[in-house]
Parts: sequence; C-alpha cells; structure tokens
Amino acid sequence: MSPKSDKLYELRRRRPSERFLDVGFKNLFTILAAVVALLLFAVLYVVFMGGLDSMGRYGWGFLVTSSWNPVDDEYGAGAAIYGTLITSLLSLTIAVPLGVGTAIFITENIIPLKIRNLIGLMVELLAAIPSVVLGLWAIFVMEPFIRPLLEILHQRLGFLPIFSTAPMGPGTLPAVLILVVMILPIITAISRDALHQVPTSLRQAAYGVGTTRWGTILNIILPAAISGIVGGIMLALGRAMGETMAVTMIIGNSNNFSFSLLAPGNTISSMLANQFGEADGSQVSSLMYAAFVLIILTLVVNILAQLMVKRLRLKY
Amino acid sequence: MASFFKGQDIKKETETCISMQNVTIKYGGYEAVKNIYCEIPKGKVTAFIGPSGCGKSTVLRSMNRMNDLIEGCSLQGKILFDGVDLYGSNVDPVEVRRRIGMVFQQPNPFPKSIYENIAFGARINGFRGNMDELVERSLRKAAVWDECKDKLNDSGYSLSGGQQQRLCIARTIAIQPEVILMDEPCSALDPISTLKIEETMHELKKSFTIVIVTHNMQQALRVSDMTAFYNAEEVDGGNGKVGYLVEFNQTEKIFNDPQQQATQDYVSGRFG
Amino acid sequence: MGYLSRSLTDSGQPDLSYKPNISRNITSRLLTISAGFFAIISVLPLFLVLSYIIIKGGSKLSLQLFLETPPPPGLEGGGIGSALMGTLILTVIAALVAIPVGVGGGIYLAEYSRGKRFSQFVRFGTNVLSGVPSIISGVFIYGTVVVLSNWLFQRSFSAIAGGLALSILMIPTIIKTTDEGLKLVPEDLRRGAFGVGASRFITVMRITLPSAFPSIATGIVLGIARAAGETAPLIFTASFSYFWPARSFGDFWSEGLLSPISSLSVLIYNFAGMPYDLQQELAWVASFVLVIMILILNLVARWLARLTTR
Repeated sequence: MSPKSDKLYELRRRRPSERFLDVGFKNLFTILAAVVALLLFAVLYVVFMGGLDSMGRYGWGFLVTSSWNPVDDEYGAGAAIYGTLITSLLSLTIAVPLGVGTAIFITENIIPLKIRNLIGLMVELLAAIPSVVLGLWAIFVMEPFIRPLLEILHQRLGFLPIFSTAPMGPGTLPAVLILVVMILPIITAISRDALHQVPTSLRQAAYGVGTTRWGTILNIILPAAISGIVGGIMLALGRAMGETMAVTMIIGNSNNFSFSLLAPGNTISSMLANQFGEADGSQVSSLMYAAFVLIILTLVVNILAQLMVKRLRLKY
Repeated sequence: MASFFKGQDIKKETETCISMQNVTIKYGGYEAVKNIYCEIPKGKVTAFIGPSGCGKSTVLRSMNRMNDLIEGCSLQGKILFDGVDLYGSNVDPVEVRRRIGMVFQQPNPFPKSIYENIAFGARINGFRGNMDELVERSLRKAAVWDECKDKLNDSGYSLSGGQQQRLCIARTIAIQPEVILMDEPCSALDPISTLKIEETMHELKKSFTIVIVTHNMQQALRVSDMTAFYNAEEVDGGNGKVGYLVEFNQTEKIFNDPQQQATQDYVSGRFG
Repeated sequence: MGYLSRSLTDSGQPDLSYKPNISRNITSRLLTISAGFFAIISVLPLFLVLSYIIIKGGSKLSLQLFLETPPPPGLEGGGIGSALMGTLILTVIAALVAIPVGVGGGIYLAEYSRGKRFSQFVRFGTNVLSGVPSIISGVFIYGTVVVLSNWLFQRSFSAIAGGLALSILMIPTIIKTTDEGLKLVPEDLRRGAFGVGASRFITVMRITLPSAFPSIATGIVLGIARAAGETAPLIFTASFSYFWPARSFGDFWSEGLLSPISSLSVLIYNFAGMPYDLQQELAWVASFVLVIMILILNLVARWLARLTTR
C-alpha cells in the first residue's frame, strides 16, 4: 500500500449537505426538547385561562363550598377537594406498610430468589392493569364482597362520624381500597429499587458486628434507602390524587359533603371525568378551575417528592 | 532556554507535522498544562512521557480537538497542523479528526462486526473503493488479520483485549489519517499484546506520523524517535498542579543525556 | 464478658446454638411473617382481578365479537370489534406523535446538551409532566384541540384529539428512557466514533442510538402499553362511538380522523354503568382483550429490557 493514497478518499472534505444535516438535526432535537418543556407550561396556561372566569366569579370560596348546581350556576368544589385529599391520604396510609413490607420481603434474602422475582413480576403486572378494568372489578366483585363487612362497621361503630351512614354500594371507602390496589405497585417497585441500591458492603458491615436480619434492615438498610422510599411514597400520593377511572366508577359521584366514609363522595378527577363531556358555559369554567386546583396539588406533591429525595439522600 | 529544544535541529532534516506554539489548556477555571512549545516531526514516532497528572494526555487530545467534547475545556495558543491553525475560527473539528486519527486507552470497538468496525470509519469518510480489500489491508497492517480473517462477521467484542486494540488501530488506519494519536494504547493490555502492538507501530511509522502517550519508559525507548518529557508542579495561587513540557529531544538523548535534572531523575526512576 | 451470646455450654465449648425463645429471634420471626403476609396481600389483587377477567370475560369470547360494533343500550347482539380498532388507531396516532418528540428530546438531553440550564429545565419539565394526572391531559386537549376544531370545522370530539391526549402521557416515559438509555452507552464508544472522524449526528445515528435501542424500545413499548389502557383522557377528547371508525379506508382519512371514535377502555367505562346484562358482559370481554394486549406488551418490554443487560 502506498503511504499516501489520497485518491481513495475523494470525499474527505465534508459535503455541505452533510454539515447541513448535522446542524439541522441538532436544531431539531433542541426544538423537540423545548416542546416537551413547554408542554407543561402550555397545560398550566390553558387550564388556568379556562378557569379564569370562575376564579373571578367564585374566588377562594370555590375551594370550601360544596354546592354544584348547573341549573342555578352555583359551583363549589369543596366536597371534591376534600374527597381527593381524604381518599389519597387514607389509601397511602394503608398502602405504605403493605408496599414497603413487600419490598423488604422481596429484596432481603428471606425466600428463594425465584419466588422473590416472581412476586416482583406480579406486582409490576398489577401496575399494568388499566385503571378502568380495576374499576369494573371494583363495581361487580369487590364492592359486593366487602358490603357485609361495611354493614358490620356501620352497626358496631356507627357512632363515629366516619361510619355514620349505612353503606349503599358506591362510596368513599371502596374507592380508597381500589386506590390502595393501584398505588401499591408504585410504592413496592420504587422501595424495592431503593433497597437494591443499598451497597452490599453496608449489609456485610452490619451482619459483621452480629446484628440480626431485622436489626440490619431496620437500623441500617431502611435509613440508607429512605430517600428513595419517601420519593416513591410521594409519587404514589401524586398518582392517588390524580387517579380517575377506578375511583370515578366506585365512589358514587355525589357532591354532597359527608364525613362518612361509607357515603358516596367525589374527587376532583372523578368530577371532571363525569361532567366535562356534557358541560358548557360556566360549568366548563368551573371544572377548569377545579382541574387547576388538582394540577397545583399534584405539582406541589411531585416537586416536594423531588426535593425530599435530594434532601434525604444519605452519603454512603 | 532554547538550548534544550534540540528538536529544532531535527526540524531542518524533517518537516514539522504538528507545531504547538505556547499552548495553555484550561479545564473550567484552572490550568491543566501551560506554555507548551513542541514541534512534532512528520513520519516519526513521538512519545509523551511523564508522571501521571502532568497533562500529557490532555495535550494529546488537544491535537485532534477531542477536548472539545469535555465540558469547560478551553485552549489558548496555537496548534498548527501543516501550517493550519487547528483552532482557527472556521475549522471543523470533524475534519480535523479525519486527518488526525486516535487510538484510545481502553480498546473501544464499535458494537458491530469486525468488518463493519473497519468499514464504518471508511464509509463516513466517503471511501470509494473495494471495501473488502481495505478491510483486509487495514487488519493486516495492524497485525490482527490472522486472528480475524475467519470471523469478519463476528462482533468486535469476540476478540481478546489485545486483538480489540489492534482492531481499533486497524480502524484508524483504514481512514488513512496523516497522524495517529495513541493515548496509552497498551495500558490495559498484557505484555504479549503490548509487544505485538509495538511491533505494529514499527510497521506503521513508515506510513504515518505517530504520537504516543505512555507511562512506560521502556516502551518509549523501544518505539519512539522523539520523546517529550512532561512534568507537573504546584503553582502559586493555583489549585492543584499545572503540567508543562520539561524537555523535548531525540529519544536516545532524553534517556542517555538529558539536559534537565527533572528528566534525569524521571528516566532513572527516581520519581514518578 | 457480660454478653449472653458468649456463654459456654456444659462441655465448656462456646454456645452457638440458635435460641428460638430469646426476644431478638422472636421479633425477627414476627417481622418476617408479617412482611410475608404483606407480600401475599400485595399480589392477591392481581390474582383476583385476573381470574375474574378470565372467568367473566374470557369465557364469553368469540370471533363474532371482533367483527361487530357495540350495541346501543338495551339492544341485543353486537361486539367490540370497532372499539378494538379504535384503541389501535388511537394508540398509533399517539405513538406517531410521541415517539419522534420523545426520542428527539431524549437525544438532545443525552447527546447535545452540556449540563446547561436549559437541559435542567427540560428534565424538570419532563419529571413534573410525568406526574400530571392523566385526566388533565384530556382537559388540556379539550381546551385546545377540541375547542379549536369546533371553531374551525364545527367538529368537537375526534380521533386526532384522543390520540394527542394519549401522546402527552407517553412523551415523558419515552424521553426519560431515551435519555437514560443513551447515557448508559459508554463514552468510549462516542470517542471512538469521533476519533475516526464521525460528526455528532453520525455518531448518534450509527453508534449510540443502535447501542441504546433495546432500552429505548422498552420505554416506547411501556409507553404504548400505558396509553392503550388509558381512559380518563379519552372521555372528552375521543369520546365514544357506536360505529366503525370509517366505512372505508378512504373515508377514514377524510372523516374518521375528525369524528369521535370508540375505544375498549371508554367502552368498559360506559358499559359498566349501564343496567343491562349484555352491556356489562361486553365490558368484561373488552377488559379481557385489553388486559391481554397490555400484558403482552409488558412482557415484550421485559424481553427487550433483558436484551439491554446482555
């Protein structure tokens, strides 16, 4: 081979078209990235502008009153906001111990790896089942099944405001239970990842000084993984607040405010799902106002989640 | 000062390929190497030696604008390649790298077949010829043909580390650069693979200008014609060490008759 | 040496036997049992839901159902064929929008941005967007596309609007997996490509993107699986229809895309609330078909993800 056979590379210089392609695609990718970032602000803007009319008319009172009367043009989302908060917080209270416990069970060396992986797979598949299918299941299977239990709750503990009404099918508590099913996989999956990331050396160090398995888990591993777990819990809270279909199908969609968990209730998202399609005029604006409240709620929760993950991250 | 730049004597005999004129390279705020003057002769093997952290790899990477990929890296001074400033305002770094190829510390074949590893570079450089022939020639030149000829369609990762590195050399040869930069090409390899690569380099210097960074002084002695010794020292007001070029001369002079005490200490193994 | 665990046995050897009755071992066993109990509760819903879908939906499955449109309330016969087709059309529209935007944005984040403010801003936006409830994307599309098409064409709900609403849900998943998948490609490969004189675009297209393909594909498949099952954003964007998306292929482009379209998920929602056995039965059948589709997509995603780890 001759040392310099330049002829081989007639196109050594980059053609203008090639250079154009390079720059063109760089700009294209930048624009696409910008579109994604702007999408969030477009969503905020559109929903805010849509609700502006009602914001002016009903002001802050909208958030605490619970009349919803399209005939008289009277709107207040108090019951829905309360429903959103109470269903998501209650479901979180039930799902956190279940989810974190499951995550510990399938990360720590308690049962054979194959079974652990199988449980992990099943939890992931549970997350994949569409919300509307869970709603269907909740209406026709879960609710009839738990109704006798709810009857007993009402009879025995009816003096408590939260069980003060007789269960009549759809209601807040069934909605809470189906929300538990929906957020459990999120908490489990994220806690599992967080636990997996705890370095083995830390585990070995704890066992090395003679700690028991649960001593290691509670004193060493959970604190090390806490930032991830809390982040997961916050994400689950955000998901629970915005979850629509299953809740809409089982909560009863009543705008009458009630402390009783056995009575039908409402959440912001189920109110939107129920009414948006047929609404017009100031009802649309009021729904947009409610939607804006929902966005702000989930936004705050999600941003808090990101901050907490950063704040709680242990150095190890 | 000028007395130890004996390289200038050689300059009369051979053409200069890359000329570094008062080059200072900074990462973000602080200087990595400072005030480098160096004339790399055409058709020779030039070795960069020095203790770790002295910036020799940084200087090497600056010669085909690989530092552009590192965030916050900036360069002052001039690097002339055949008289053209590599950092001129209208220079396209992609074109620079087509003329000044590079072999890296870790073998990094593409996740493609052995054949495609060679053909990829050639194709994007607009190669118009017999690709099979080019692949064979490049692999032969990199002394890895015998190991590869029966499995050209296998993945590049099916080769051993030393063979992968020679595949990477073949890949670089295939685009026929004028200069090949080698950044510690043997540091991840065993002694036998190292020896093979050194043999390859003796073959390659007939066709290419080679600049090699190496930790291994014996290797510099074995393969290079010219050697540049870099060192680093603390500077006032700076954080960390700043690298600089101590001495640049014919390899035998550097190892047998160094002009600087630091070079003497380093090549005799007293530090580094 | 006051430690219990250093006591000696009768024969004078160290006592290392397991003592089931000391408190730390009892606590440990109790905690293990309760964690196992929690795990069982966690997987129980999957079995219950799946078994009911199979019993109530799978048993009613027949080929005929795939060839017919859903019956209006109270009427007999019919099937879910048009709803299945609608779900496919909506998902394809969503994917056609979300894949280029998501992959392109992900490429920007991983390959072009250099830790600047802008890319932090994009990542923040993506993270927050992925937490926005799905129904909000429906509200957003209603407030833009539906209102606009109402004003332009006197049409309100449409397949296009539904597809766009779904695409908003897919984009964050795709952009994230593309970004993360590309970041896993070793920097060495990029350097190798630049070293032989490849431009950044060629490096991305020929070296890094193919290397990251399995993880990007995983993200896309998961995004599609999520979109296929979504209901909330469709109710007031795509709405529902008792007819086929279009009478013919040509009709589809002119009419079908701008008309309301049925989907399995909205069919389930609508029919679940009807007091007729037949409609409820169809809701179960639709659930069965939808869940099978989504589980298959998830298994495909897992299979793709396994390619990455190799």
